[in-house]
Amino acid sequence: MSTYRMHLLVCGGTGCQASDSRQLADNLQAQVLMAGMGKEVQVVTTGCFGFCEKGPIVKVLPDNIFYVEVKPADAEEIVSEHVLKGRPVNRLLYVEPGMKERIAEHREMPFYKKQLRIALRNCGFIDPEDINEYISVDGYQALGKVLTEMTPDALLVLMKKSGLRGRGGGGFPTGLKWEAAARNKSDKKYIICNADEGDPGAFMDRSILEGDPHSVLEAMAIAGYATGADCGYIYIRAEYPLAIHRLVIAIGQARQAGLLGENILGTGFSFDIEIKYGAGAFVCGEETALIHSIEGERGEPTNKPPFPAESGLWEKPTCVNNVETFANVPPIILNGPEWFSSIGSEKSKGTKVFALAGKVNNVGLVEVPMGIKLREIIFDIGGGIKDGKKFKSVQTGGPSGGCIPAEHLDTPIDYENLTRIGSMMGSGGMIVLDEDDCMVNVAKFYLEFTCDESCGKCTPCRVGNKRLHEILTRITEGKGTMKDLDNLKELGGIIKDTALCGLGQTSPNPVLSTMKYFWDEYVAHVVDKRCPAGVCTALLSYYVLPDNCIGCTACRRVCPVSCISGEVKKVHEIDQTKCIKCGACQKACKFGAIVRK
Amino acid sequence: MRLVTIRINNTEYTVPEHYTILEAAREAKVNIPTLCHMDLGDLKAVNHVASCRVCMVEVEGRRNLAPSCATKVTDGMTIHTNTPRAVKARRTSVELLLSDHPADCLICEKNRSCDLQKLAADLGVRGNLKYKGAMSTYREDISSKSIHRNLDKCILCRRCETMCNEVQTVGILSAVDRGFETVVSPAFGMPMSETMCTFCGQCVAVCPTAALTEISSLRQVWEAINDPDKFVVVQTAPAVRVALGEEFDMEPGTIVTGKMASALRMMGFDRVFDTDFGADLTIIEEASEFIHRLQHGGRLPILTSCCPAWVKFFEHQFQDLLDIPSTCKSPHEMFGAIAKTYYAEKFNIDPKKMVVVSVMPCLAKKYESARPELTGEGFSNVDYVLTTRELGMMIRESGFNFADLEEGEFDNPLGESTGASVIFGATGGVIEAALRTAYEWLTGETLEQVEFHALRGLEGIREATVKIGDLDVKIGVAHGLGNARKLLEAIRRGEVNYHAIEIMACPGGCVGGGGQPYHHGDAEIIKKRTAAIYREDAGKPKRKSHENLQVMKLYKEFLGEFYGEKAHELLHTHYTAREKI
Amino acid sequence: MGIKSLDELKSLRDKLKTDINIRASGEIDSNIRVVVGMATCGIAAGARPVFTAMVDEARMLELGNVTFVQSGCMGACHSEPTVEVRFPGLEPILYGNVTAEAGREIVRRHVRNGELVQNLIIGRPFETV
Repeated sequence: MSTYRMHLLVCGGTGCQASDSRQLADNLQAQVLMAGMGKEVQVVTTGCFGFCEKGPIVKVLPDNIFYVEVKPADAEEIVSEHVLKGRPVNRLLYVEPGMKERIAEHREMPFYKKQLRIALRNCGFIDPEDINEYISVDGYQALGKVLTEMTPDALLVLMKKSGLRGRGGGGFPTGLKWEAAARNKSDKKYIICNADEGDPGAFMDRSILEGDPHSVLEAMAIAGYATGADCGYIYIRAEYPLAIHRLVIAIGQARQAGLLGENILGTGFSFDIEIKYGAGAFVCGEETALIHSIEGERGEPTNKPPFPAESGLWEKPTCVNNVETFANVPPIILNGPEWFSSIGSEKSKGTKVFALAGKVNNVGLVEVPMGIKLREIIFDIGGGIKDGKKFKSVQTGGPSGGCIPAEHLDTPIDYENLTRIGSMMGSGGMIVLDEDDCMVNVAKFYLEFTCDESCGKCTPCRVGNKRLHEILTRITEGKGTMKDLDNLKELGGIIKDTALCGLGQTSPNPVLSTMKYFWDEYVAHVVDKRCPAGVCTALLSYYVLPDNCIGCTACRRVCPVSCISGEVKKVHEIDQTKCIKCGACQKACKFGAIVRK
Repeated sequence: MRLVTIRINNTEYTVPEHYTILEAAREAKVNIPTLCHMDLGDLKAVNHVASCRVCMVEVEGRRNLAPSCATKVTDGMTIHTNTPRAVKARRTSVELLLSDHPADCLICEKNRSCDLQKLAADLGVRGNLKYKGAMSTYREDISSKSIHRNLDKCILCRRCETMCNEVQTVGILSAVDRGFETVVSPAFGMPMSETMCTFCGQCVAVCPTAALTEISSLRQVWEAINDPDKFVVVQTAPAVRVALGEEFDMEPGTIVTGKMASALRMMGFDRVFDTDFGADLTIIEEASEFIHRLQHGGRLPILTSCCPAWVKFFEHQFQDLLDIPSTCKSPHEMFGAIAKTYYAEKFNIDPKKMVVVSVMPCLAKKYESARPELTGEGFSNVDYVLTTRELGMMIRESGFNFADLEEGEFDNPLGESTGASVIFGATGGVIEAALRTAYEWLTGETLEQVEFHALRGLEGIREATVKIGDLDVKIGVAHGLGNARKLLEAIRRGEVNYHAIEIMACPGGCVGGGGQPYHHGDAEIIKKRTAAIYREDAGKPKRKSHENLQVMKLYKEFLGEFYGEKAHELLHTHYTAREKI
Repeated sequence: MGIKSLDELKSLRDKLKTDINIRASGEIDSNIRVVVGMATCGIAAGARPVFTAMVDEARMLELGNVTFVQSGCMGACHSEPTVEVRFPGLEPILYGNVTAEAGREIVRRHVRNGELVQNLIIGRPFETV
């Protein structure tokens, strides 16, 4: 039925178009027609392939050959050699820097190996509402394997050996967590899946639950077997209706298939799972708060120790892991701990999912091996900064994380390194900031979030963060003093040192890291009363450049507070005392005569 | 018990492994300031939220400072309590609390008895606060007769919550909202008067600041005293006399009955009487009721009804058991009823001009005195209720040097009392007093050993079997509403059975009442008051209520039969099923 | 109807896998699989009307050899909604920013005629275990 036997895909992304990919596509089309193959070969212009630095790119299907830096003049050779004679054009193949070999196949290229999907392996490929699809991709084989071939102790050894660490933020070794729960004797134990994803902009857990719910159910049962628990709870925020819907279907199907419930696979092991809904409080992602919430109490953290592994839900040993952590478990068991620990960096094994957002071209959910550099994520996978602006900082770890400057872009990402440079892994939010972002304002934004989401229990978080936010507000309004900067630093340090839970202890990170790396911006706000990025409204002024102004009156007519004066064909003037800094005049001016300072 | 070795400030100590750092430090006489922490020892009330972050100490090997109140010791732990880092963090926590706290110490209800004020002074917080900003403002709740909530002064220590939810299981107070807006409140911000609050006042008793205080009647009482048209009668509860001295820095457990009577008289009360008289009267009625139920197949167990917080608790929580509590009014209400009838008649005083003031260790009595069934017939049994603390304030206002006052006496005839009435002030006392009388009435024999030690002590629920003639009488005692709930639920399920049960809402009984001088978390104070109560009893020539001659005279001249018609009219009450909200 | 043992689970898996392999290799009546990214993000970007439009188009064209699958998120937030077309034995083609009309076009041209649709294909830059 298919009429075309071959397709030539020409990247039409912004980068490639800039290097004449449109002309290239036209030339290819012409060559194909000239060769009389218009009915057999189709030339297709595509969206960005994400490999802009080597563009323009041409991909040939079904051969899956990948040409780089193709010029319009190369069209003839591609058609005459490759299309007609089936001989790939060697000189246009990609050469990996430092290697001699030319790489022909798209999937062989290291660039496309920057993303490795373990946790997200089934997302976007299987139908999450059909357990058979999951089974067809080895679903529940890991559970079957541990139940029939492994003792709980051997399973714990395997998990420790894999080096898997908690993906919810803390990075605690999962094997040790399971072992602690396993060692505590009790008549009842619980496994909890923490699906209270709360970092602004992070949605990897939701994606996994919506795309591959069975992988989490399977891993929870495996954790149950390892720790001696027969009961699991998934604590999920009620704002995730689709994830809940698919979980409900998945649990029902798993029960019906005998993969949850009594006597799973005839092994005598029983495990069942119940869903508990959270109201979406950020702090309920903290495990003790989460446990209290399940118990029907106010979602507030309590001091640790005791850790949940000793005294958790209903004061029974409890193991709390997050969604992404669980999603890693079945492949680890099927492929072996050595396989898993061969991926990643020395202390952080496997992959991490990041929600890449902000001023980057390809926003999205990416899963990368630990140890990858921030630069690779932002510039290779993310396709660089939007609108050709200058990179300023990347914020990782959500509201508990920090802002990382350009000087640390080549830091390999793992738990320790991110903490060392003043940020953290967190659940995997990654927000890219460019030259138009004011770092003081960014810090203020995150503090506002923390203030809103603080449970209000301990003094440093409840009052301290409020005070931090107030100081930041003062600074952005041009009312800050150098003393304020001292106080910010000191109070931030004390909050980190004294707050009760992880939320409070990390809440000053956005402030402290921006003060560390962007001190000048703070000083500019405080001393010069100036916002270098031009974000803080109170510190902005709009001026008319007399040389550019032709007196067209366009600005005067749009000003909502009528603070611009000037006659036709004469230079206009803005009354600074009345100006509300809305920027309407600047937009209206066709002559670049209005500037913001 | 396993022991571990730790180092605190470079000295080695060996302590049990279940200790917290704070417990270890206190035993080692190392002072670590605390604020939210509270441990009432035998009274089993522990606040371990670790929310204030004042007791922070440095523990070697830990990244962050540790709250000493909530961190258990481990073997080899090295602790530093007074490093610059710890001290600074501690002071910052207090400064932050002060930055959201009205600085009106001089005119604050808790001036000089505020834990926050003391802590700030001890930590040398002086002059300008480093951090300033928005302050919380809430509408004050003065809806009830008992408890004044001023949440601008709340520091979120959550002690009140622990008392309300864990100890009393009433569950009125909990933190709502979050972040800087977090506030301790009844559900939906309901006023206290509309909740299931029993007004036991344990929240007030433990509040470190003036966020929770009593609704004061002090001004009204002074006005009545100074009104020449009014005949003002005062009565004082048994537990007041063993605690009032604390208001004047006397050793807890000092018995100040005489000085108190002198002070009251000097302040201008027309008559100074004793609630103990009402307590003896209560025993006559309650013992009669008990014997009546016992002999006529009435419903058992009989529950005491002296404690108004307990009464409100069962009206809300045990509506199906409303017929088992005794119908006796509480002693001060009985007293009020008698004062305004018998006494007024006898001395030709217009009851409408008579004002009865009760000095009580209690906040619920304030609520009780306003219950409609106790205020009808044109006059209230009791017009005003003052707490022990308010009385202390009145004495200070009067300028008396309390310690130097002479030992006065109560006026008669409503001033006579026996040892049986004194022990009403401690948990187990009411039932012990009732037994002393019931025993003699049922057997016709003299009771030689009047002390029932099995009924005393601080165990939350106690029970004893007392042989009265051929009958084994099973007695239960509970103090603290949580214990009361346990006992009542066991009865409801038919698991236990008793003939008679005494219940007091406050841990320790009235000596630990919500109107008593603040104990600042020191449960030893309550124990000393209890000891004083029993000392006072032991020193009394008469120790059985039915030996109170004035009480007997009251029946002869006025009431007629024990548990008779007139007694019912004046001394008994009824209960109302209340919504569970 | 529950699965009673690991062996049973394995044979079920093998059977399901074989079915897919047969389909994938085109041995039986070439079955084309069209996967629409329908996590919350995809749905928010308009995946639901795209899905129904594509199913509708296939029905109108009486295409019997295509299966439409609602799947999870492929991570390409910058180009939602996404649709992947998998021909047996061929490299999957991922389309981004698909509208209902574009979805119909994909069915008409790609699914029916094997012709790729201009300007909508995006890269799929990751590996899966």
